[in-house]
Amino acid sequence: MPKVKPHRTSPSLDMTPMVDLAFLLVTFFMLTTQFRPDEAVVVDPPSSTSDLQAPDSDILTLTIDNKKRVFFGYDKAPVKEAALKAVGAKYGVSFTPTQIKQFSLLPNFGVPITQLASYLDKDTEDRKALNKTLPGIPYDSLNNQMIDWVIEARKANAAQFKKPTFLVIRGDGNADVQTVQKVIKELQEKDINRFNLLTSLEMKPSFVGQ
Amino acid sequence: MAEIQQKGDSGKGGKKRAKKASTKIDMTPMVDLAFLLLTFFMLTTTFAKPNVMQLTMPVKEKNPNPEEQTKIKASQAVTVILAPDDKVFYYFGLNEPTDPSVPVPEIKVTDFSANGIRKVLLDRKRQQPEPIILIEPYVYDGKEAKYKNMVDMLDEMNITDQKKYALVDISKKDVDLIKKQNLL
Repeated sequence: MPKVKPHRTSPSLDMTPMVDLAFLLVTFFMLTTQFRPDEAVVVDPPSSTSDLQAPDSDILTLTIDNKKRVFFGYDKAPVKEAALKAVGAKYGVSFTPTQIKQFSLLPNFGVPITQLASYLDKDTEDRKALNKTLPGIPYDSLNNQMIDWVIEARKANAAQFKKPTFLVIRGDGNADVQTVQKVIKELQEKDINRFNLLTSLEMKPSFVGQ
Repeated sequence: MAEIQQKGDSGKGGKKRAKKASTKIDMTPMVDLAFLLLTFFMLTTTFAKPNVMQLTMPVKEKNPNPEEQTKIKASQAVTVILAPDDKVFYYFGLNEPTDPSVPVPEIKVTDFSANGIRKVLLDRKRQQPEPIILIEPYVYDGKEAKYKNMVDMLDEMNITDQKKYALVDISKKDVDLIKKQNLL
């Protein structure tokens, strides 16, 4: 009887389907991912059961942190550039093309207009350090730069893209109500009555009702 | 790991045979890279687009005319005061300290839990189908409610399906009433 040779199975296995799947997923994630821009301030929005989604574009964000500071942000660079020029002209501050370019790259900022030029000259790391101490955009009735930014940005968006602006208030959960109410009131003065409070989704309680 | 190339038996038997190159290539580095990228994108991606809660405030009247303003009926009125430290004060009816015919309301204390203000509002709705809810965030003397409380309260309005509610500033008489009842 001849010796039975054990059948050696090759240790290799066909990985093609797995690789196919891996690349499919890589492609999917690469195309869908959107890198979070480096915000000037980190806020933790409160949760709500509202499942309304914010639109994709034309979003003006007023960020309110827990130190009563207000930050302004807009998602379109040309609108921001136009708003910068308009607000700068109003307060007699002019900006160099480099500064304007830098400004259009910022996701949001909280600097009074007089300090904005020097803020824009700094590099990213220095700005990050500065963001902790900056006073935010002034929003009291004597020196209300916040409202100027909002109005100019809305105007620029309407002129350039012919679209309405979606105003989002992104408040920190621990921010004080007074600051938020004041911001809302200042905007109401300018006939802006529709606000969207950014919240994180929480499950709706199921037992509500009778 | 992946594909071990089978080679080295082409010269067997001395007969020169055309060397057949294997059609398999070593895919390991590529797969490594693919999974590295996959992991990176999976971890960095954020799917959830932020949710928003709509808040529409009334148009500010330039010349408010007190005679045209509608008075809230005492039977409908519910005042909810967002107090500091996540507490909620509420009372039914009106608070008119100057008018002796209006009884002084008693402020009750509750919280944001499911058995707190939500139960109060739902119970009230059964007795009075059309309540008008005034939400007043407490801001006085350095003590104040948090923005989170305001959003929670507006959320309760959606959960309990209230038709009429308004976000207003706290009135002086309500602050006085809270003080008189030693709640803060």
